[in-house]
Amino acid sequence: MMVKVLMPKGSDTMTEGKVLKWVKKEGDPVSTGETVVEIETDKVDMEVEAMGGGVLRKILVQSGKVVPVGELLGVIAKPDEDISSLLKGGGAVGAQPPAGSPVQAPAPAPAGVALVPPSAGPAPAAPSPATGGSRQAVMGVAKPSAPEPTNGGRVLASPLARRMAQEMGLDLNRIAGSGPAGRIVRQDVERAALLAVGTRSARVAEAEGAGVHPPAPAPTLPRRPAPAPTGREFYDEPLSSMRKAIAIRLVQSKAPVPHFYLTIEVDMGRAKELRESAKALNPDLDLSYNDLILKACAAALELHPQVNASFQGEAIRYYRRIHLGVAVAVEEGGLITPVIRHCEGKSLQEISREAKDLIARARSRKLNPDEYTGATFTVSNLGMMGIEEFSAVINPPEGAILAVGTVAEKPVVVKGRIEVGLRCRMTLSCDHRVVDGATGAKFLQTLKQILENPVYLAF
Amino acid sequence: MSILTYREALNQAMCEEMRRDETIVLMGEEVGFYQGAYKVSKGMLEEFGPMRVLDTPITELGFTGLGVGAAMVGLRPIVEMMTFNFAILALDQIVNSAAKMLYMSGGQFPVPMVIRGPGGAAHQLAAQHSQALEAWFCYVPGLKVVMPSTPADAKGLLKTSIRDDNPVVFIESEVLYGTRGEVPEGEYLIPLGVADIKRQGSDVTLVAHSRMVFLALEAAADLAKEGIEAEVIDPRTLRPLDTETLVQSVKKTNRAVIVEEGWPFCGVGAQIVDTLQSLAFDYLDAPILRVTGADVPTPYAKNLEHLAFPDKQRVREAVNKVLYRQPANGDKS
Repeated sequence: MMVKVLMPKGSDTMTEGKVLKWVKKEGDPVSTGETVVEIETDKVDMEVEAMGGGVLRKILVQSGKVVPVGELLGVIAKPDEDISSLLKGGGAVGAQPPAGSPVQAPAPAPAGVALVPPSAGPAPAAPSPATGGSRQAVMGVAKPSAPEPTNGGRVLASPLARRMAQEMGLDLNRIAGSGPAGRIVRQDVERAALLAVGTRSARVAEAEGAGVHPPAPAPTLPRRPAPAPTGREFYDEPLSSMRKAIAIRLVQSKAPVPHFYLTIEVDMGRAKELRESAKALNPDLDLSYNDLILKACAAALELHPQVNASFQGEAIRYYRRIHLGVAVAVEEGGLITPVIRHCEGKSLQEISREAKDLIARARSRKLNPDEYTGATFTVSNLGMMGIEEFSAVINPPEGAILAVGTVAEKPVVVKGRIEVGLRCRMTLSCDHRVVDGATGAKFLQTLKQILENPVYLAF
Repeated sequence: MSILTYREALNQAMCEEMRRDETIVLMGEEVGFYQGAYKVSKGMLEEFGPMRVLDTPITELGFTGLGVGAAMVGLRPIVEMMTFNFAILALDQIVNSAAKMLYMSGGQFPVPMVIRGPGGAAHQLAAQHSQALEAWFCYVPGLKVVMPSTPADAKGLLKTSIRDDNPVVFIESEVLYGTRGEVPEGEYLIPLGVADIKRQGSDVTLVAHSRMVFLALEAAADLAKEGIEAEVIDPRTLRPLDTETLVQSVKKTNRAVIVEEGWPFCGVGAQIVDTLQSLAFDYLDAPILRVTGADVPTPYAKNLEHLAFPDKQRVREAVNKVLYRQPANGDKS
């Protein structure tokens, strides 16, 4: 029995992944469930387990290479088994996705891999398996020399997906389906519509030759950079998976979402007192300003559900739950937004504890995909970097994002006299299709009131 | 509003109607002196006397026929089946007389009667006394079929059923008799053929009636913890069916799971699937799935009985399937 090791689909947005390291070498015995290879997705690093036992007979994609989701990475089989039927499709192995066509027709799935639905992302040429809808699904057991099933040239799509594709003017032949037997479902059409926007803009940016600078760590005073080596006047650094995901998602946001921005200044004096008294009460209770702002956002969103909403094309979706995204910078560059779920029912302490855990694991890229998807509102905080105020780009399909600046002492005028105040400036970016100016302003007013009277959070 | 049991709500509906209209009579096995096998007719013999609350012999075909005849000459009988398992014995009168009389008499003889009693599976009553037979009655043109899930629905729907000029098969749930809920006092009428959205949701439509409504609600509560918002619709009246509410919900959620206690083949859910696929085809993103009782006579053994009826896990699995979703607990990636 031959078992394929495939590039798994680690998240909805993942179309390709990088082989980081083979844990097993060719010839190593492998049992079911053992880790065979480590890969890097657009968001996290993950381990790929063997779905069946045998010997790792062949490694087809070496460490460091980027291949599309569903690509055959290696073959596990009995030591003496003929694996040539799987290796025949070698022409496609390691192939890069053709530029500008991230969505292609699904390749027919080989028999015996009924659980392997094709999905977004370039499908390798037959007889490589089609791309998978999930980690569980992508590793199939192939029957050698089984005849290729076909759908008689017919595209399988749910009735809804068919109607949506027609309305959006998308060609079903160019959309890969993630449902059973490659059925194109709503999610696939929506993703194809987004990708169509994202790649177009990404290519424009590429054509303009935007250079990418190496990260500049600046712990204290930035050191003068070493003189540039002689030779070419620039260098190109290939995009990491995460950087690509960031590029696509932010263009998806900024181009079609009409942003507008509202800024407010909040007196953080009482928030500071609250932090200090909490700590005095229990030294383990180390609340950050960010924790307080998250909790206050949850409370303000409960009062202004219009801001906890999403533009859905034909409708505005108002969420009954408050799932807060927290934008976190990842150590080696990039960012990720872990989600604290159900903040509507959580205490300040619970939110603080969860935020600390998620942020720590986000920095080391140890989040599960379900921990960084599904936010209804996001908070991005650059205060610790000394940024006074900034405007954030909305993370679609959310309707708004709050950008938090530094909490700093500054002169303020109180009753005609200048005093020292503790202030923080916050900017709300709103999707104008969902949130109007006055609606956003009222939300900010409430947020300010709560942070300036944090005793509210005790009730 | 007062808190009543499902049983008390039914009793209140009958008593209020009998006070209002003296042509209404109640008949059946043990409805009088014994106060009803499940105590639904408690106190009614005392209040209305033996002319209007009649204990009958154990002869379902006979007293159902008596009810049809009484309805034809101007009374409005309520015929109680001790359980709907025994209504099988009265099927000739229900199907061939009650349902067809208005049609066969060219509109001369309406049959305003209610045939009511508990149906559905109960605990360890075995093959002959534990089954969901509502589909049998839904099949017959000329009958209306009502199955309330809550005390308030029980009252409002029974009052309307008693006032309806057609024969109404009103199937209660034995296991819900003791459940409590707020019930509006006095004149509270729920029109037949109007479904109730027991829980709003946007991601998947769960259709369930009678006891299964509560299973669907429990499953929906669990799913909500995973971020899935299920809409739970209780048709309340199985015939006529409120297709509009069902179709509107599916247009919103694009997927449906039907939960029913009865057998799968030609079951109530099969009819709902037909309705949805014909009226909401272009809005469906997945095949409609059903979670039904097993296609077997109900086992007596507790462990097997448990396996023979829908449970939360099976509802969740069906929801995951129509959402093309991997179950959260199995997802290690």
